Formats: sequence, structure tokens, C-alpha cells
Amino acid sequence: MKGSLIILSFFALGLLVGIYNMVPEHFSQNDYSIYALYILMFLVGIGVGSNKKSLSLIKSVNFKILLVPLSVITGTYIGVSVFSLLQDELSLIDSLAVGSGFGYYSLSSVLISEVSSDTLGVIALLSNITREIITLLLTPLFARYFGKLAPIASGGATAMDTTLPVITKYIGSDYAIISVFSGVVLTILVPVLITIIL
Amino acid sequence: MIIVLILMSFGIGIGWFLHKHKKFIKITSELTNWAIYLLLFLLGLSVGTNDEILNNFDEIGYQSIIITVFAVMGSVLVSWLCFTLFFKKDER
Repeated sequence: MKGSLIILSFFALGLLVGIYNMVPEHFSQNDYSIYALYILMFLVGIGVGSNKKSLSLIKSVNFKILLVPLSVITGTYIGVSVFSLLQDELSLIDSLAVGSGFGYYSLSSVLISEVSSDTLGVIALLSNITREIITLLLTPLFARYFGKLAPIASGGATAMDTTLPVITKYIGSDYAIISVFSGVVLTILVPVLITIIL
Repeated sequence: MIIVLILMSFGIGIGWFLHKHKKFIKITSELTNWAIYLLLFLLGLSVGTNDEILNNFDEIGYQSIIITVFAVMGSVLVSWLCFTLFFKKDER
């Protein structure tokens, strides 16, 4: 939660600086952020490759455990597709891209704002933060009425870290490995799926 | 944008080779945080100078929440199906 607040305050700071025009003209006109994104993606790759969790989890792969992230992806895409049919502000492609954040709001928002538009980036930011908050708040409810995989599904990519404590509290620690596995797979897939979709 | 994926794969390879160097991993994760902070600051900056987004912020916020409700509902329901079909029988 502390990490989320730091991240949000940097966004808010940028927002304020932008609104009150505190930056030199040439800086706001040149887009340096694409290079920062390249560096970030390289660093994220190193993080994934060196992660002890992801290394040891490869050993636990079997057909059944793979179904968990697969149903999170399928369910999310069905949900956002229905959403895109019910309104005409966001297209199907845009909706799928926002859904592909799976709660990983920092990466999905900056990636989407580079590839698509700032508006969609902001939607990705707010939507994926909301996904984390919904998971933190409704995990007890999901676990009770929709089975032990429901909190993991709701958490998406965050099921490996920020929402893991509350998830394991309500579905039991024997599901912790599945939760981390699903979260790791989705985290790796976030940039891949967003790039493919947009 | 395929370059993003190439860079990431390149990073995964390097991370894989150097995963035993604790200091390197620590520096990388610290740098990752700062890259994210910088990018979100820049996103905030371009949003702050974009009147179209600022004027429609309530609409954008509303849409973001509704799409998330659909995304979460969809994934919870499909995972429920998956749980009922493949996991429940292992429960005591």
C-alpha cells in the first residue's frame, strides 16, 4: 500500500506541475518518456529473469495450475468485451488493452499512454488501481461465494505481492503458490498482451 | 512497439544469468522503481497540460471504475467455473 501511495503521489505531482505550467516549454513539447519506457522495460525484464519466485515456480508448472491465469485472462476479456458493447466511448481494442493491465497499474498505464493516448493511459491507471482496491476489499466475499480461485482472479497480477497477504488469509496458505504463480504469469504477460492488442 | 518486448526479453536473459548477484538485483529493483516514478510523473505532466482530459476527468474516472467492475466480475465468474470443474474435488 505504501508503494501505491508513492507511485500515485508522483503522478499527482506531475499533474500539478502540468496544470500550473511550471515546466519550460521545450520540455513539455519533447517526448522523452519513450526512452524512459525502454529503460523501464529492460529493467522489468531483468527483474523477471532474476526473480527467485519465477525461477522456482517453473518447476511447479502443470496443466491445472496454468488454468488459473488462463481463466483470469479469459474472464477479464469477456468482462471488458461486454463493457465495450454497453457504451460507445471506449472501443473493444481500448477496453481489452485496459483490461490487460490485470491490476499492474504502473506498467500498464505508462505503456498504454505511450502506445495509444494519454486518456487511455489515465483510464488504465485508475482502472487497475481500482482492481487492486476491489480485491483488497472484497476478497472475503469472493472467497465465500465464488470459490478459492476468485480472489486470485480478482487480484490478477497483484496476486503475487500486494494482494497476496489478504488472499492467503481468506483462502488458506495452501493456495499461496497458485496465487503467486498466477500473479507472476500475468505480470509477465501484461506488456506482451498490451503490445499485441494495441 | 515490438522493441519493448525485445528489450524485456533481453533483460530477462541478463537477469537469468546474474540472478545470484544480490547487489545487482537490488540496484535493478531500485532503478525500476525510479523509472516507474519518473514515467508516472511524466504521465501526470502530460495529463496536466491536456485540457481535454482535465475537463472530462469525472467521466474518465467513472468509466475506469465501471470497466474494472466488468473485468473483475468476468474473471471471478470464469475462475469460479474453473474451480468447480478442476479444483473442488481435491478439497477435503
